[in-house]
Formats: sequence, structure tokens, C-alpha cells
Amino acid sequence: MRWRRKYAKMRAYGKKYSMRSVSDNTSAIRSGDILLFSTFRNENIRLPYFLDYYRRLGVSHFLMVDNDSDDGGRPYLAQQPDVSLWTTRASYRRSRFGVDWLNSLQRQYGHGHWCLTVDPDELFVYPFCDTRPIRALTDWLDSSHVRSFGAMLLDMYPKGRIDAVPYRAGQDPIEIAAWFDPGNYVIDRNPSYWNLWIQGGPRSRMFFRDLPKKAPALNKIPLVKWDKRYAYVSSTHTLLPRGLNLTYDQWGGEKASGVLLHTKFLSTFGEKAEEELTRKQHYAGSVEYKAYAEKIQKDPDLWCNWSEKYINWRQLEILGLMSKGNWA
Amino acid sequence: MSVGIIMLVHTAFDRAEEVARHWAAAGCPVVFHVDKNVKDDAYYGFVKSMSDLPDTRFVKRHRCEWGTWGLVAATQAAAQTLLDDFPDVRHVYLTSGACLPLRPLQELFDYLDERPQTDFIESATTADVPWTIGGLDRERFLLRFPFSWRRQRMLFDIYVRFQRAVGYKRTIPNGVVPHMGSQWWCLTRQTLSAILEDPERKTYDRFFRKVWIPDESYFQTLSRLYSRQIESRSLTLSKFDYQGKPHMFYDDHLQLLRRSDCFVARKIWPFANRLYEAFLTDPDGAMKRTEPNPGKIDRIFAKAVDRRTRGRPGLYMQSRYPAEGRENGVTCAQYSIFEGFSDLFENFEPWLAKTTGARVHGHLFAPDRVEYSDGQTVMNGALSDSAKLRNYNKRAFLTSLIWNTRGERQCFQLGPMDEIEDIEWDIAKDPNAQISVITGAWAIGLFKSNRNFADIRKEAARLQQIESTHLNALRSEWAKARIRIWTMAEFIEAPMEPLQTIIDEIGRTRRKTLAEAPKMTDLKGFPQFLQSLKNQGMHPYLMGDFPIDPGKPDTQEPKPKPYLIK
Repeated sequence: MRWRRKYAKMRAYGKKYSMRSVSDNTSAIRSGDILLFSTFRNENIRLPYFLDYYRRLGVSHFLMVDNDSDDGGRPYLAQQPDVSLWTTRASYRRSRFGVDWLNSLQRQYGHGHWCLTVDPDELFVYPFCDTRPIRALTDWLDSSHVRSFGAMLLDMYPKGRIDAVPYRAGQDPIEIAAWFDPGNYVIDRNPSYWNLWIQGGPRSRMFFRDLPKKAPALNKIPLVKWDKRYAYVSSTHTLLPRGLNLTYDQWGGEKASGVLLHTKFLSTFGEKAEEELTRKQHYAGSVEYKAYAEKIQKDPDLWCNWSEKYINWRQLEILGLMSKGNWA
Repeated sequence: MSVGIIMLVHTAFDRAEEVARHWAAAGCPVVFHVDKNVKDDAYYGFVKSMSDLPDTRFVKRHRCEWGTWGLVAATQAAAQTLLDDFPDVRHVYLTSGACLPLRPLQELFDYLDERPQTDFIESATTADVPWTIGGLDRERFLLRFPFSWRRQRMLFDIYVRFQRAVGYKRTIPNGVVPHMGSQWWCLTRQTLSAILEDPERKTYDRFFRKVWIPDESYFQTLSRLYSRQIESRSLTLSKFDYQGKPHMFYDDHLQLLRRSDCFVARKIWPFANRLYEAFLTDPDGAMKRTEPNPGKIDRIFAKAVDRRTRGRPGLYMQSRYPAEGRENGVTCAQYSIFEGFSDLFENFEPWLAKTTGARVHGHLFAPDRVEYSDGQTVMNGALSDSAKLRNYNKRAFLTSLIWNTRGERQCFQLGPMDEIEDIEWDIAKDPNAQISVITGAWAIGLFKSNRNFADIRKEAARLQQIESTHLNALRSEWAKARIRIWTMAEFIEAPMEPLQTIIDEIGRTRRKTLAEAPKMTDLKGFPQFLQSLKNQGMHPYLMGDFPIDPGKPDTQEPKPKPYLIK
């Protein structure tokens, strides 16, 4: 494990030089600031709401890696005073889906900070997020000597055709993609990295009915009190050292956890899926996108009778998708 | 003024200043102790910002680490200064920088004026307190604790074990009885000065210096020696979680704190702007003058501890994934499994649904698809009917189904033709499962089928083998479900009695006798069928003993007509 961690760090070190800085505002980072790390490609339309959402939660600085966008997202972010932006034309797949780039930035800027690592289509929800800023959560985690906080990916989708309601820049995507699967998730424990492997949700139900093992992983650990020795191994699913992956209780109790509302299934999805298919830059030969493209052509409705409409974090807590743990 | 404040500060100086000014504005002298770990410039900045207030003092700084003597030394020094410099003070209130007064201070003063001789200090003997963390209660006083629990845990543990091994025990000076309690107290001048001026103080200090967490026991123990009247409770509302760490209060606790009627609360999150605003600036005269009543808050925090330590039984999720045997309940609610009933009775499922009001599924573990009730293709929680998804993790499928349908009893059919491997043991070991089995009833399906007899014979052998293994699981010593097993022959002799028992146990409707029986399938020719199997060299034994004489198939002849059992 130690060597795997070293290997991840090495890769990150190597990939550092494939990134070019576009705007560097990192001198504005103060000790104790909460930092957000993200990598994106052609997500311009989502960026305004994304920045707005996380600013409201109390993120102080955004460190973003642009993977060769050509839709105007780069100049938009370069104007933001609280964003530091890098750009790269290198392969997303060969940087292990952006992990290497972010590891290298986290190593340089994240040490000693609480770091939130999310994609532009992920909205972080945690207990009391409607009344307490993220700082309240990280202070509490600090006082409980907890270094990492888990948040499962929850796929959101609209009722009806995915492309029925066009998404406008700046709009809350949950207004359109308001529905989710409340209780069809399966969990397994990864014996070597100790993290949980969660699958399920609409993607399993619709696209992977006959190939459940191939369904995408939904477990994520996006919030970590970073130390320069840490490294993400595959996306934000797995961390090293592996003690950081123990965000769950094994004695019957519940640890606190959150949810990442995954708003991938918007009107923008069709183009995106096609683009990704031709680029073949995603996990396992983009098998996921192949399955989507096929299904979406035929029947682009993920909604079913038992879909649940999103209200707030308390609803997710009652459904058992996340937990307050002993935070009250 | 009759009340003086000691304030222990180590962080969030802006908040400490705000609260101190609030006390000072009501005329209370405030004595500060600032932790020595605080950097000098921060400390002097704080001193300077308080310098416009005449009735404040700063005392010599001690290093305050949790669980060590420093906190007591700091309190002693501050108390001494307060008593010496402000002779009018009658009650001394110990607070921290994260404490916040919840009620108008005048109410606190009035409350104390009415009880001039009373010491408010939580103080209980070690045998009577449930909240010791780390398993050390009496030993706190009998062993020595020179190492830090936070920084030198290993040495701490080794030294504790060593002392236990050699049987070391300290003697408690002058036979005082150790008491423990919340460190936030409010003592009278008489009691406090008696403790500080005690001729034996050196002895006590020497003893408590090596006690673990002396700030929770020094004043709590010694006040018992001098106090005229101890009210064993703290005026400060302070809740602890299961690790002994104080709960924080946030903006959303505002209403809760208002209704608590406590005088002071801790700890307040330093960025809880609304709380500081609400309690320090607006006098809120509407608050009733009542006894402190933190019960509502108690419940909320007790629930939080319960959720952290016990969790919700039957729930498997990203932050609750109990190891086997630690689930405290494999599933979250009771459910019923029927094996062989839908083979024997033609209309069993609708009958059961009607009689019990429960949700009755078909064979949930059928090989081709999940047979949800009413032919639905998706079930609660958006569970799919795909057999592959179900087989991918059968246990998760079952626990999710039961979790998703909380509040509605689930019943389903099971049989040897289903894919029961990997799940039969989970069911057998689950105390929430009610399993009723009619053994051998699967043969009815074969009996009615239109297949070649050679195939039937082969299939019968296979199913009998599976059911027999399954019965071994149900009859094993690890099985914890409520299990009833009848052979088919046994069951059809008197079907109503067992049915009545099962339905009563489901107990959804009020207890009544069954008005209507399910319709038993026509078994004419079944014994001969069994006999043919035997003649082919296959031995069907799970059905029990059917009369073979083809001349009198009387057990099957009269179709069970609806009848009542009195």
C-alpha cells in the first residue's frame, strides 16, 4: 500500500508539468480556508451555478483544471478572483481521469486545508447544510479528530425525457433533475483498500440490468483534511493511506455522511455522451457511455413509479441515504 | 455586584470579548485566564482590547491541556484574584470563552439573590455516574496520570496497565470522598474561599495534580467539605457526546436554546452569528422566569449519541456497514415467508393479502424475474425486477426491500425452484423472519405439469435435494427466525389450525378466527403420482406419508369447504 501511494504521488508529480497556469490567485489562500478542487471539460453552462452554490456553502478558493475546453469556460473562470485555473491538453484517461492533476495541486496547495474535490455536475449536501456553512462541518470533524468525510453519489434525473427541459446557465439543476432512486443500492467492502463499493440507482436499474457488476461506483470521499502524504487513487472513490477510506461504522452505529447530488442527466447530456464516445477518455473504454447512448436513443426516461422527488437533506437522512451521525 | 465571572479563554477571542462585555455591562467583574499555548501577540491584543473595562483582570497564564492540572491551577488563580479584588462578589461563576448567557442577566442575579447560600456544582460519587469515558472512574483517583492522554496515549495506556499489574493504589488524603461532575460551576464566596484557604490545600493539590481530569473533580470533591448547601447541578447547559467531547450549538439551535430556560450554554460555535446576536443584543423580555429545563435539548443529543453508537437497525448505507453479527437486526422489520403454500392452495396470495392486509409478493427469488405483488416491475425504493440485479447481491435486495417498505408487512413465497442459495442462511438467521414451510409441496407443480415423466423424476430429485439442504439450514442451531415446518401430508389433514396460528402471529388485523379458507388445489391422483416416482426408483420423502391405496383417496376427496374454527 505504501508503494501504491508513492506511485500515485509520483504520477501526480510527473503530470504537474503537463498543466499550464491560466490564472493563479493562490496567494489569496489563508490558513484555515476551505478549498475546492475540480477538473472539467466543456462545462461552461454549469459553472456559474457551481461557483455560486459552493461560495454560499463557504468555500474560499477554487482550484480548477480545464481539460482543453473550447466553450468559453476558461475565460469565464479566469475572471473570477477566487478561482485559480490551470489548463491542459493532455489525455484525461492517461491522467487517470484527472486524479493525477488534482493530486499534484492538492499536494502543493491543499496541505493542512479541508479540501473538497467535486466535479462541476456534483452538488455537495451534508447534514444541516441549509443552516450551517461547511466550516461548521469541518470544525466539528476537526474536534472529533476525523480526517475524511464520505458522500455518496446520488444520480438525479428529470421526469420525462432527459432533453425535454433545456438547462439555462445559472439555473439550479435540481429544478429540472429533481428525482432520484431512494432505495436500490448495493454495498460491498473492498478488502484491499477498505472502502465501500456502492452501486445502484437509475444507471444500474436502466443501463446495467444485465451487467450489474459493471455499473458505476457511487461511493465517494470528497472532503478530506489534506496532508501532502495523501493521494486519491481512483477518482474520489479511494484514498491512500487507506485508513481515510473508513468513513463508515462497522459496529452497527452510523457515522456522519453526506450526498453528492449528481446532475449529469440534464438536457446537456446527449451531446456530452456522444462527445465522450468519440473521445473514449472515460473509464473502462467508456462502456458506461456506450450503454447510455443506446438506451437514451430508445427510451430517454429514467423516471419510474417509485422515484422520489428531492426536498432537502433531512429527506435523504430519513431515507437512509446519508446520516447525521452524532452531529446534532 | 454580587456575581463575579471567571472566564477561561484559549481561542475565538472576539467572541470571548463580546460575552465579557455583556457581563461587564451588567456590572459583573470578569477575571480572564488565557491559555499559555496562545501566542503572545494574540494574548496582548486581547488584553489591550479589554483595557477600557475597569473591572477586568488577567491572571498568570498556565498551560491548559485537556485532562490535566493546568485547568485547575488556572481556575484557582482566577478565583483568588476575583475574591481578593472584588470584595462585593458573593457568587463566583466559572465560564469559558465559548459560553453564552441565554437569559437576561438580571434574571440570573435575582435567581442567585434568592439562594445566597447555595453552591451550584454538579457533584456525584464515582460509583453513581454513568458518563465516564475510557472506563476509568474510581481509578482516576487511585492511579497516577503523569502522561497526556491526547499526545502520549501509548505511554498513558502502558503506565495505567503497569500500575494495575503491580496493584498500585494511591491513598486519598484525609479520607475525602472523590466526587465528579461538570467543570462549570457557580460557588459562593464562603465555599470557594474555604477551599482556597484550606490549611491542607497543599496536600489536596499534590493529590489532584496526578488525578486524571482533575477539573472535573477538584472543586467537585472539596466543595463537599465546606458547602452549607449543595445543589448538585450545573447552571451551565453543556452536553457531551459519546466520546466525552462537548456538543456545539449552532444558529439552528436558537429556538431550542430559547426554550431551554438555562442561564448559560456551552459550547457555542464561534461563527454562530445569529446566536450571539440574539442572546447578547436583544433583551427578549418575553422569556418566562422559570426553572432551567434542558430536557428538550437532552433528548436531541441523546438521540444523536444513539444514532452514532447503535444506528438504525436493518439499514445498510455508506456510513453504516456493520460487520456480520454486529447489525443489531439483519432487517429492519418483521416479514413472512411461505414455502409450499401457493402450490397447495390455488388462491393463496390474494387470500393472504385479503386476510392480513399485508403486501403479498409472489416468488421474489424466482429464476427469471422478481415477482413483486400485482405484477409490478418496480418496487418501493425503485427496486428493479431484474433477476440479475437481484442475484448480484441478494442480501442487499432483501434488506433494501424490507427497509423501503417500513410500516407495511411484507410476505413472499419461496421454494426449492427459486434461487435460494446465498440467501437461505441470511433468512434463517434473521429473527425478523417468520418462515412457514409445507415440505414436499413443490411436487404438486410437477404432478400438474405436462412434462415427460423422466424429466419429472429428475426434477423431483433435484428439488428434493435442494429443499432438504434448505431444511437443514432452518433446523440448524444458528437459525433464529420463527420457523414452522409441516410435511404436506400433515398439513392437509388439518390446514386451518396452522393457518390460524400464522395469521395471528402476523397480527395486523385484530385477532379473529378465519372466516374463509384458501382453496386447496385438487389432489386427486397425487398419491399415485408419488407412487410412480417411487416405482421409478426415486424416493419422495419430504411430503410425509400419503395413503397409497388408490381405492380410497379420501384425504383429498372432500375439497376443503369454508368452515369455522371455534
